Amino acid sequence: MDLPVWQALYEELHDRNFVVITIAMDTGGADDARQWIEPARPTHPSLIDTAHVVAELYDWVNVPSNAWIDEEGRIVRPNDPGFAGEYFRGMMDEGFDFKAMMAEYGRMRDRYLAAVRDWVANGPASRWALPPDVVRARMAGASPDHARATAWFRLGTLLHERGDADGAQRAFAEAKRLRPGSWNYKRQAWHLEQAGKSGGPEFWAEVKALGDRPYYPRHEL
Amino acid sequence: METTILFEDASATLDATADGESLWVAPDALERGLGWSAKPEGLCRGPVCVPRWAELVRADGAVDVAALARHRGQAVVHDAARRTWVCGRSGELRAGVARSLVAPDFALPDLDGRVHRLSDWRGRKVLLNSWASW
Repeated sequence: MDLPVWQALYEELHDRNFVVITIAMDTGGADDARQWIEPARPTHPSLIDTAHVVAELYDWVNVPSNAWIDEEGRIVRPNDPGFAGEYFRGMMDEGFDFKAMMAEYGRMRDRYLAAVRDWVANGPASRWALPPDVVRARMAGASPDHARATAWFRLGTLLHERGDADGAQRAFAEAKRLRPGSWNYKRQAWHLEQAGKSGGPEFWAEVKALGDRPYYPRHEL
Repeated sequence: METTILFEDASATLDATADGESLWVAPDALERGLGWSAKPEGLCRGPVCVPRWAELVRADGAVDVAALARHRGQAVVHDAARRTWVCGRSGELRAGVARSLVAPDFALPDLDGRVHRLSDWRGRKVLLNSWASW
């Protein structure tokens, strides 16, 4: 889990005019997120987003997704997967090298944290703070199907809150149909259907079906 | 019939009549529940006013909330059997973010229920990270 990494980064840099905000995309709310948040003992804002509002506002389809925002409130990186990478994908295969995976995780984490430190030190002069035209190019255009998918997902979370599990799944199915690229929709719906299903055979089959396509958006860090 | 409506960030359960893709709500319920009021210049919420047209407001004053939302470019979906409607955020929001690159604000609770806003941190650099338990 990455929360302790973010907490440590916050402790390192919070007196340099920097804050980390971590947000759980969890329709199950505190019941689901607490077991991860409490051990990390966050002193940075660690929030819970039952309706996936932040994913909607920033057009994120997977976790982790990160954005960097400057002192004027402007986005300088709209959507990157932090230090998550493709290294997990063979995990279910026989003979998978977990040590190699952890080593790659550590390398990507260190590169990413170095980039954040560079931005905190150098602001817009940092090569990792993207110019406006590049930020815009990385933000997907609006799509009527995606807007409808968002509305269906929201409807599903309303029905879930009401204890209507069947209604919620029906609405989530519409969201998934309209935006098949959203892992957030798929995995949140699986999890609410049955604990563990978000990382079960259905998930791994879909990851496998990606073939050569990436699970996370590629980035240069 | 009692109907739950989510309209952008406002939600209410109120008396409404669904008719196909239309959702009729009496003006007093609309104002109480969702904050839209009928004024001479049209239907207004805060500084936003939408001029009325014939199909939007019935002779008895009832308003087609779904038509209002579609007119504003909001996606409208509903589950008829469960009498629940969602009118999403207007497409104008995303277009505005793409133009200005100003990070959209939000308000969310922490584990203790204390609400935090992104805008509380204006003046600092912010790294936003999303994760999930699942």
